[in-house]
Amino acid sequence: MILDVILFYGAAIVALASGLFVVSQRSPINSAFSLIVTMCSLAVMFAMLGSAFIAVLQVVVYAGAIMVLFLFVIMLLNAKQEEGERAGGIGRAAIALGIILAIQSVVVVWKGAANLPANYRETTSADVARGLFASPRFLYAFEATSILILSAMVGAIVVARKEKDTGK
Amino acid sequence: MEMLLSPANKELGIDALIALVKVAVIFNALLLVFSLMTYVERRVLAFMQFRRGPNRVGWFGILQPAADGIKLFFKEEVMPEGAHKLLFFAAPVVALITAYVALAVVPYGGPLVLPFYGQVSVFGRPLDIQIANLDVGVLFIFAITALGVYGIVFAGYASNNKYALIGGLRSSAQMFSYELALGMSWVSVIMAAGSFRLTDIVATTAAWGIWPWMILQSPAFIIYMIAACAEVNRTPFDLPESETELVAGFHTEYSSMKFALLQMAEYINMITVCALASNMFLGGWLSPLPFIPNSPLWFFAKMLFLLFVFIWLRATVPRFRYDQLMDFGWKRLIPIAALWVVLFSGMTAFFGEKKAPPSTVATSTSPAAGQVSR
Repeated sequence: MILDVILFYGAAIVALASGLFVVSQRSPINSAFSLIVTMCSLAVMFAMLGSAFIAVLQVVVYAGAIMVLFLFVIMLLNAKQEEGERAGGIGRAAIALGIILAIQSVVVVWKGAANLPANYRETTSADVARGLFASPRFLYAFEATSILILSAMVGAIVVARKEKDTGK
Repeated sequence: MEMLLSPANKELGIDALIALVKVAVIFNALLLVFSLMTYVERRVLAFMQFRRGPNRVGWFGILQPAADGIKLFFKEEVMPEGAHKLLFFAAPVVALITAYVALAVVPYGGPLVLPFYGQVSVFGRPLDIQIANLDVGVLFIFAITALGVYGIVFAGYASNNKYALIGGLRSSAQMFSYELALGMSWVSVIMAAGSFRLTDIVATTAAWGIWPWMILQSPAFIIYMIAACAEVNRTPFDLPESETELVAGFHTEYSSMKFALLQMAEYINMITVCALASNMFLGGWLSPLPFIPNSPLWFFAKMLFLLFVFIWLRATVPRFRYDQLMDFGWKRLIPIAALWVVLFSGMTAFFGEKKAPPSTVATSTSPAAGQVSR
């Protein structure tokens, strides 16, 4: 189990440090790079909780697809380093929110709500599939989400189409 | 100290030790395959183009990779002016690490059974030539290759060079476009096996019989090979490094060992996609001929043949134009892949499923097996 402890603290320190870098770096590309590292260390956490499937999805969707889009925007717009300005109201609100979240997480850990349940076991991808599709409880929500995503895709295409293609 | 030497920890230690030895062996074996690949690629290309190729260093030029390595070691490291220092350094490292990590879940030939000896076991554990037998094996490779894009993107951005930047952008756009087709080509295989675990997929192949499997999955296999070719930036999809337009693309500014690392990552990626194809579509270590037993050698033979196919393509097919590349990816390959998914699921619904016999799947997916391999 000592291996788990080392892995956990390693991943936790990397996640926190890179998370801090995301908000403290001046250059956007550094922030994006730090965010990728954060996502990957979160994936390590999921894998350690015994849900390899969620860990892999975390990497594919967040660290892979979404962050590449971020990087594309940064690289194509050639975003420069942010100059001097101190963060104003938003910065203060973020700090306040951060403090509240920190207190909340301390309380959760204190009350033992973060402990693993006694009947805990590793979830396989088959478990995830069974959970989603075996009962109609989540099935409708799942299918409704897929339709929502499809309509968002169609919307994106309509917005991106050039004016002349729409006909007069 | 007492706690550290408890039986559970001892078991864990042995598992870790076996895993480390496997990592060391497979890492070095792949280094060897990589260096030989560079030699074989040049020789085969030369043969196909009526040239001689490297034939001066060692027997038929077999030491050429070593000579290249030594040359690259002693080259000057150049850091371009205005480069992003951290990312310029990180790019080759990211590229190489992701390339290698993806290979951790590939089974190189199931349980190791030697002729005249039987199943090999170490410390009472049956030995299989695979580092981690993950439940999400195929998805894991998908995730890691998605991260591999960053090596190229960072290389392009950090070089502070417009050709490198365009190369990096082209490369990542291309990898993302073809990743969709790549992922879709896996669907029929995963649907048939009912599992992401690569050893389960091979077990399903064994249950179907290797020839019916290869024939029925051939449309997916063809889609996979085309998409994989684009995924690893090989000719005819090597737009990111097309010499005539972009000097050398994302690695224009790289020299010395960093350049070597980028090259290495590219070849290791090529080995990954071929190893995966060999396991998913061609039956891995199963023997396609009835009178020859199953053996890890079959896996390597299939993988090397696919690598040869990649070289062969490079020698024969001219490069795409960029708009053709994107058209082909989005308007041809992805619809065809989607059509095949629909067709295959229709066939499964109509003719019924044919799963691997419960025993083989049960042993490989039982929680105990998962625990050990984790």
